[in-house]
Amino acid sequence: MDEMAFWEHCAARRLMFQRCGECGLHRHPPIPICPACRSNRIAWSEAPAEGEVFSYTVVHHPSHPAMAACVPYNVAIVAFPSLDNVRLISNVVDVPPEQMAVGMKVRLHWEGPVDGIWLPRFRRSEA
Amino acid sequence: MSTSGRACIAGIGQTEYTRWGRIDRSEFQLACEATMAAAADAGLPVEELDGFTSFSGDRSEAALLQTALGIPRLRYAAMVWGGGGGGSCGAVDQAVAAVESGLANYVIAFRSLAQGQSPRFGRHRDGRLHGSFTAPFGMLAPAAMTAPTVRRHMHLYGTSSEHMAEVAMVCRDNASRNPNAVMRDRPLTREAYHQARMIADPFRLNDCCLETDGACAVLVTTIERARDLRRAPVRILASSHGSGPGWGSGALGSHNMPVDVYASVNSRTLGPELFARAGLKTSDIDVAQIYDNFTGLVIMALEDYGFCPIGEGGPFVASGAIRWPDGDLPINTAGGNLSEAYVHGLNHVVEGVRQLRGESTSQVEGARTCFVCGGLGVAPTSAVILARD
Repeated sequence: MDEMAFWEHCAARRLMFQRCGECGLHRHPPIPICPACRSNRIAWSEAPAEGEVFSYTVVHHPSHPAMAACVPYNVAIVAFPSLDNVRLISNVVDVPPEQMAVGMKVRLHWEGPVDGIWLPRFRRSEA
Repeated sequence: MSTSGRACIAGIGQTEYTRWGRIDRSEFQLACEATMAAAADAGLPVEELDGFTSFSGDRSEAALLQTALGIPRLRYAAMVWGGGGGGSCGAVDQAVAAVESGLANYVIAFRSLAQGQSPRFGRHRDGRLHGSFTAPFGMLAPAAMTAPTVRRHMHLYGTSSEHMAEVAMVCRDNASRNPNAVMRDRPLTREAYHQARMIADPFRLNDCCLETDGACAVLVTTIERARDLRRAPVRILASSHGSGPGWGSGALGSHNMPVDVYASVNSRTLGPELFARAGLKTSDIDVAQIYDNFTGLVIMALEDYGFCPIGEGGPFVASGAIRWPDGDLPINTAGGNLSEAYVHGLNHVVEGVRQLRGESTSQVEGARTCFVCGGLGVAPTSAVILARD
């Protein structure tokens, strides 16, 4: 239930992270209370179009049969330093496994809709 | 949380360990067998048991065990929250709290895990923590979930696949001497390690723990009560479970744990507190059982718990420090989750007791102290320090 607003923003193709309405600290995933000041006032900030790969993995073993046709694929931890380093798990869709790297700059790229849901994914930023 | 050192392990028990799906009795029966074996080892009648603790949502509930084992009075039944093996030493911690406070007299800490009979552990299911922020992006299993923390460690400190290979090979070598280890007849060379298929980069096949069927248990009581039992007690100098801030959104969630501890196993505060309560330094530890869900996390655990400085876990293992018998800190002397069996790390506690009884198949000469830690990178994590008198 705390997560719904995040996905409603995504449906409007806006990547928004929760921010404390009192002290301004960003946080993810959405939670009802600010861990810094315990306020329950919630605001939202739109993420910048560019983030950076904080870390990543490349999945080769399909841990669910539905993924067998998808491997290998990367899972990237994308950080937004200007939003208190809040991090989003996502994918960089246009980078082959051997070129994935910590620190890579990536740009937001919407994919969907699937069952009405838009997913925030990323492409490598132009140099 | 124990400070007094009045609690001890008076008995250990286990079933055989097999590859998953190969055991012919129910997971619940395995729990009963491990419990009875621990009581028999201690020389305690089963009907004297009055408490059970476990972790990771173990399906063999205390009241069911009480019923099956004909135990007249149950005084303590506790479960540590959290998934994986994070609560293995936490279950011991709960048992310590029970016997030291007088809430119960003889408490069994156990784990029974027949993976062939239950939803496969680690496979994605709806309802996983923060699932809507992980599953749509293919973050489905613990190998993938924890791999980015190790990749970050490699980026920051130069940790390499050679370092991870060392951990895998040490565990496999120790398993070769343990007749109860699932991988006892499967030697692992460095070449074979590197040639094995990738699971979730940087983890190859042998970086990942086993999937097995089996159960084990330890009997926790006070030193005073243990004096009337059959075996020399192994003292629990300190036990602890807990978490640093933000790890509810950690590696198994959305990866938003504090940035300065991202490449860690969530035990940087738990470790120093544990050693302080035991009155020991890490250099006082003769042998260690380090939870090994994935090799890279073992390297980070050695740092978190203070056996080497932060960032130096790779060179530490490469130095031969963790090898039996000549390393300064032989680890996982029964083979660990990687090569003995995956009983969610409670098998590490059992092996710790064997070391301090002088009964390990990779015995560390004259071992008087053993450090054991539970699951890594989860929340809560847990650890115990064991000693013989």
